Amino acid sequence: MPKLRMTGRGLWITALIVPPLAFVALFVVYPIISAFAYAFFDWQGLKRGAFVGLDNFHTVLFVEPYRSWTLNAFKNNIIVFFALMVLQNGLGFILAYALWRELPGARFHRIAVFLPVVLSTIIVAYLFKLFYHPLFGVVNITLRNVGLGWMAQPWLGQSGTALWSIIAAQAWHMVGFPTLVFLAGMQRIPGEILDAVRMETESEWVKISKIVWPLVAPSATIVFTLLFVGAFNWFELPYIMGGLDGSPFGSTDVLGLYFYRTAFGNVSAGQQDFGLGSALAVLIFLFIAVIASVITVRLRAREIQI
Amino acid sequence: MKTNLIRIGAALGAVLLAAPTMAQELTMWSWRQEDKAAYEGFIKSFEAANPGITVKFETFEATNYNTILSTALAGGTGPDLAMVRAYGGLENVASAGYLEPLSTETVPALSGFNPAALAAETMRSDGKVYAVPFASQTQFVIYNKAIFDANGLEEPQSWADLEALAQKLKDAGVIPFANGTATAWQNETVTFGLGSSLMTKGFYEDLMAGKADFTDERFTSALGAVAEVAAQYFPDGFIGLDYPSAQQLFSSGMAGMFVGGSYELANFKNQNPDIELGMFAAPGKTAEDEKLVALYFDGGYGVNAAGSNKEAAIKFVNYLASPEFGQAFANTLNNISTVPGVTFDNPLLAEVAELNQHSIPYLMLAHFRYGEPSGSVLIQGEMQKLFAGETTPEAIGETLTTGLAAWYEPFKK
Repeated sequence: MPKLRMTGRGLWITALIVPPLAFVALFVVYPIISAFAYAFFDWQGLKRGAFVGLDNFHTVLFVEPYRSWTLNAFKNNIIVFFALMVLQNGLGFILAYALWRELPGARFHRIAVFLPVVLSTIIVAYLFKLFYHPLFGVVNITLRNVGLGWMAQPWLGQSGTALWSIIAAQAWHMVGFPTLVFLAGMQRIPGEILDAVRMETESEWVKISKIVWPLVAPSATIVFTLLFVGAFNWFELPYIMGGLDGSPFGSTDVLGLYFYRTAFGNVSAGQQDFGLGSALAVLIFLFIAVIASVITVRLRAREIQI
Repeated sequence: MKTNLIRIGAALGAVLLAAPTMAQELTMWSWRQEDKAAYEGFIKSFEAANPGITVKFETFEATNYNTILSTALAGGTGPDLAMVRAYGGLENVASAGYLEPLSTETVPALSGFNPAALAAETMRSDGKVYAVPFASQTQFVIYNKAIFDANGLEEPQSWADLEALAQKLKDAGVIPFANGTATAWQNETVTFGLGSSLMTKGFYEDLMAGKADFTDERFTSALGAVAEVAAQYFPDGFIGLDYPSAQQLFSSGMAGMFVGGSYELANFKNQNPDIELGMFAAPGKTAEDEKLVALYFDGGYGVNAAGSNKEAAIKFVNYLASPEFGQAFANTLNNISTVPGVTFDNPLLAEVAELNQHSIPYLMLAHFRYGEPSGSVLIQGEMQKLFAGETTPEAIGETLTTGLAAWYEPFKK
């Protein structure tokens, strides 16, 4: 039997692998597992109480007022996901196509479209908060100046407009990302295929639907999955623009805010409950993990290899 | 992700605190970053009088302070002393047994404190005081004296007076009230800063005695009156106006009044040193009704039950309860100290202290933030609905009463 000896090469590999593995285990795997564990206990402040089984899950899903809070936040996340699918990914695809076709000014726009992505979310959030200011905001002032004063709104203060205003800010901020990914995908399409199409038809629509769209499918898989994960983990923009409570009255509440508020409390309104917060975190994690896997598998199957 | 951050924070905290401590070196934690220099001054005078004990004052970010503190206390790396919040926020830390109960034996000066202040730092389950209360805050109406003078206005005596003077300001092209309600907690401030006198002390007493709930006409009619004033005299689109914008409207002199807390006074002075501030308790229905401000206590100084220098910590807490400290606190930090017998040099503070003579507690914070849904969560969201015209005062009364019944015993049927 050969002796198991650490050779120089083996040592070297071990030395390279162990630190990152330990890092991931300590800061990723361990917190996830401990959040799972926390969710099964009753908590008094930060003191762990009795084991309560699935009680916390039951509470956040079926007991009022948590039930309606959970449903409301979840509903808003779904709205955010579909809205951004259109505004961010849909627009991103169109922009990418326009850039790829090298319409006039493409060089400038390639940078302009991507620039907001580089900005910090905090900056974007405060910027748009100023834009939406009911008295001095650019949006309302512009509307008033062009004679559309009746359309001026307290954008972030109404249940009907608040969430959409934040979604618009998010779409503006991140539209450059899917654009870039789609553009990269389009640039990978071999010239021969495009030449072949040109022989057959002049129609842009046929070109997009029959050639470009199927061939950028890998890019679509990436941006769809990332958007899904991002939409259900959404936190920064609504936190700054709507506040921890999803102001006004829960219209901008999303699972991220709701989880944070429940687990860590809210100085100006409520108390913390680690057990319920962990239960929420586990549910959000499971939901995202399962659906994201399904999306990835389904979309992968659709991809075409050239 | 969030748990990750907390973990890293806790780990870093643990590393920092693992530094060897001398026998009589105390650490004190606080969320008042802006007060650090002042506290270091107080600590110097304590150290001069108590040789051999040194106190290190460390501050943490305010919104996550409770989490940071309880994480450290749970991990056994907490400070010897800590500023703790009041009411439900105190219970959060105290109920886990992290804080040393204080009594008149260990801190004799407590016997002279206002019972309401002590109640704010008392845990309901065992009736013990867990911290020396440090400051009170008052919710009322702050006004710009120059604007009032220029328009020949005086502090209102009745609700009709208040509406009349707001109308005068509006006619003169001044925004009567600067407040906006896009920031959730501002709804609570506006409701009780304007509505406490309308609600009346009688309602408060009946509520506490279990003889009334929030469907009481005195309470709901106050909400209706507040909403009416907001609709007419708050800035255009106030439901979309956030807290900092509202503060700026007032401090820049664009608005005549601001419904807010005594904590705003120093803030307004900082933003605009020339502003001349006045304040009044929003009036009741008639001039004869008692004018009430809404009063609450900010927090207190607690002692770590597992601290290694408990004796020295108790000594320091005794200093924090002394008139000498209270006076220095009031003079330096321009806050209403809860220590009995403190006098206020600052005329604004003196006025606040005067108004505090007629008060009811800031209701939701003082009594309804002990369970979920808290009264604060409910009133903030419901008032936003009322301002948007999506509910009625009577419906709010119902929602509050049935919502709180989830954990508030007297409302359980």
